[in-house]
Amino acid sequence: MRPLNLEGYVGFANLPNQVYRKSVKRGFEFTLMVVGESGLGKSTLINSLFLTDLYSKDYPGPSLRIKKTVQVEQSKVLVKEGGVQLTLTIVDTPGFGDAVDNSNCWQPVINYIDSKCEDFLNAESRVNRRLMPDNRVHCCLYFIAPSGHGLKPLDIEFMKRLHDKVNVIPLIAKADTLTPEECQLFKKQIMKEIQEHKIKIYEFPDTEDDEDNKLIRKIKERMPLAVVGSNVVIEVNGKKVRGRQYPWGVAEVENGEHCDFTVLRNMLIRTHMQDLKDVTNNVHYENYRSKKLAAVTCNGGVDISKTKNQMTRSPLAQMEEERREHVMKMKKMETEMEQVFEMKVKEKKQKLKDSEAELERRHEQMKKNLEAQYKELEEKRRHYEEEKSNWEAQQRILEQQKLDASKTMEKNKKKGKIF
Amino acid sequence: MQYENISADMKQEGEGARAVPLAGHVGFDSMPDQLVNKSVNHGFCFNILCVGETGLGKSTLMDTLFNTKFEGEPTQHNQPGVQLKSNTYELQESNVRLKLTVVNTVGFGDQINKEDSYKSIVEFIDTQFEAYLQEELKIKRTLHSYHDTRIHACLYFIAPTGHSLKSLDLVTMKKLDSKVNIIPIIAKSDAISKSELTKFKIKITSELVSNGVQIYQFPTDDETVAEINATMNGHLPFAVVGSTEEVKIGNKMVKARQYPWGTVQVENENHCDFVKLREMLIRVNMEDLREQTHTRHYELYRRCKLEEMGFKDTDPDCKPFSLQETYEAKRNEFMGELQKKEEEMRQMFVQRVKEKEAELKEAEKELHEKFDRLKKLHQDEKKKLEDKKKSLDDELNGFKQKKTAAELLQSQAQQAGGSTTLKRDKERKK
Repeated sequence: MRPLNLEGYVGFANLPNQVYRKSVKRGFEFTLMVVGESGLGKSTLINSLFLTDLYSKDYPGPSLRIKKTVQVEQSKVLVKEGGVQLTLTIVDTPGFGDAVDNSNCWQPVINYIDSKCEDFLNAESRVNRRLMPDNRVHCCLYFIAPSGHGLKPLDIEFMKRLHDKVNVIPLIAKADTLTPEECQLFKKQIMKEIQEHKIKIYEFPDTEDDEDNKLIRKIKERMPLAVVGSNVVIEVNGKKVRGRQYPWGVAEVENGEHCDFTVLRNMLIRTHMQDLKDVTNNVHYENYRSKKLAAVTCNGGVDISKTKNQMTRSPLAQMEEERREHVMKMKKMETEMEQVFEMKVKEKKQKLKDSEAELERRHEQMKKNLEAQYKELEEKRRHYEEEKSNWEAQQRILEQQKLDASKTMEKNKKKGKIF
Repeated sequence: MQYENISADMKQEGEGARAVPLAGHVGFDSMPDQLVNKSVNHGFCFNILCVGETGLGKSTLMDTLFNTKFEGEPTQHNQPGVQLKSNTYELQESNVRLKLTVVNTVGFGDQINKEDSYKSIVEFIDTQFEAYLQEELKIKRTLHSYHDTRIHACLYFIAPTGHSLKSLDLVTMKKLDSKVNIIPIIAKSDAISKSELTKFKIKITSELVSNGVQIYQFPTDDETVAEINATMNGHLPFAVVGSTEEVKIGNKMVKARQYPWGTVQVENENHCDFVKLREMLIRVNMEDLREQTHTRHYELYRRCKLEEMGFKDTDPDCKPFSLQETYEAKRNEFMGELQKKEEEMRQMFVQRVKEKEAELKEAEKELHEKFDRLKKLHQDEKKKLEDKKKSLDDELNGFKQKKTAAELLQSQAQQAGGSTTLKRDKERKK
């Protein structure tokens, strides 16, 4: 990539304006979750933050309804300001921490957050996808009771379970019950415990601007933010302010010396709302998604050495890879089977050959035997024939002699008298 | 780059979102600014594809548009096929960083047979879509830092014949219009007179319409730019002239082309539509071009690809699939397939073994039969031999008997003969 110099105005510096224009046209969405025991002023804080009566007579807030178990309820409102439209979803968790046994009271919360991620994942994975409303929880305000001592076990447990699912911002509720010194100590203690338990609360990103970074560092020093909320507008020194009226004075919501409400509002709404959404999308949601998909592809049985490779692929590419591996495996299997087959055939053929040779041999043997016997017979016959012809010749001679003798006698008889 | 989830028109009160009034300034009207700041920090990227015959001034126009000198040598006309050359540059204007990729079609329109010319272009565009899709489907993905290489705008360079579109132009644009935002421009338009130009533009537009080619329309849904966009839509296709050379006009140096009969000033709107092109392409609608690419062209590609691979949104009962179910179903199908293949191979081997065994058994049987036959023959021969032996023995015996009998007779005869002889001798003696 080469950086080039431009010799004149091109005009793409106008891109940000184009982006601005389009985003205004689209409108914005934000989902904010509030978690904490009843009576910590969650609804009041929401109303103070957004300068509206989210919960009114017609739409009563959860605090006025008695719940037996932890519920997760959402309210959706549309607010407009300066031409910018915001669809705000507030998710409340009535009943949280109110029971005697609060084990697993975080489960409905986790289920809600997961189900919103699931919805988004399914919408994102459809073949035909178009309208993808983002109902994922972008920020979770966790209300800590102003005990002044430290975090309760429930606080720690909850934050530990949710810090890698959603942006957690812990708040000290009803901070007007703490003096500044008590508040300082409390904050220190809480941050210490948060670090001890390795809880990852929402971190403000560093920017390239040094001025901004200074401000961010200041905010970080004040964490967790101690807030006060109020639905009531009171007149103080001729000004109308939101505040809580006490016999000894008015605790002003928007007074930076009274509480950190303005810091929260500025951070949550005016400067970091987009970042909260981005972190939700790029970190928490991706976390959820990769875990979900890994479970699908690896089918439960996870081989750590393989998993690393699989993570860099899509499940489909993974299947392609497995297909390729399988083809190789089959080839190998085929060659092996082929080898075994050939070997066995060779063996059998050899055996057949041997057996044939053996039979041949035996047959040859028998033939030879027979021939020998024939020869013997021939010999014997010859002998016999010879003997026979000799004897017959002898007999003929004897016969001849006899004949001659008898002939002579006959002659003699004829010749003279035989005396 | 964050593509804000493309939500429905948010003005409607969907899902029971009720409008509530605000009692003061909350401050979320800074959201667009927050978004813009993030985008600026992240940087932008834009990819342009220039399609057109060799020599139509594509590279020069790019240089003119972006006021810089991009790399590259002018190409020759003897390329064997169409190749796409892509170069990426980092540009900065005020605080806006832009990663610009310019893709040129090398050798387009130079071959004798141009039937396949569009193919490499379509392939290139699809490859970029595929790369994005693959990234999007990965288990561990980093979409927000992904360098998007998808083509956001395709400038189609029309030769300034003054008559009509070439058939290659129509064929190519038709193949590309569902894949990319096409902005047709008349190149080297300083070769056409004003009157010819008007006729030419009308002819081109009507040909595009009658052939159903969807070119990019500048959006008119946003009031702030609707008017100018609508006007510009009427000037399409833009007749442009590009030049990086500067000529002194009055007391300014302007980009121009100098002829004996006059000087064509690139940025003079009476001379050509260059300024309109720059305005529309870069200053007003760059973001919309990116958005259209992502939400329309890419989605179409993705949908087709997934359908090709057998993915569906609902099962046969019309209940929606969850992603998990879809993947699991695919995976099961896939595993089943693999197992089947394995079984088949095994079966084939079993079959072969059986056949071979039968063959060998046959051979063995034949062998035994052969030897049985030989054995039988042998038996016969043996029997014959035995018979012969027996007959010889009989003969021998017979002969012996004969001999013995004859000898007996002889000895008897001799005895008798002897006595006769004795008698005779006795008589003689008397």
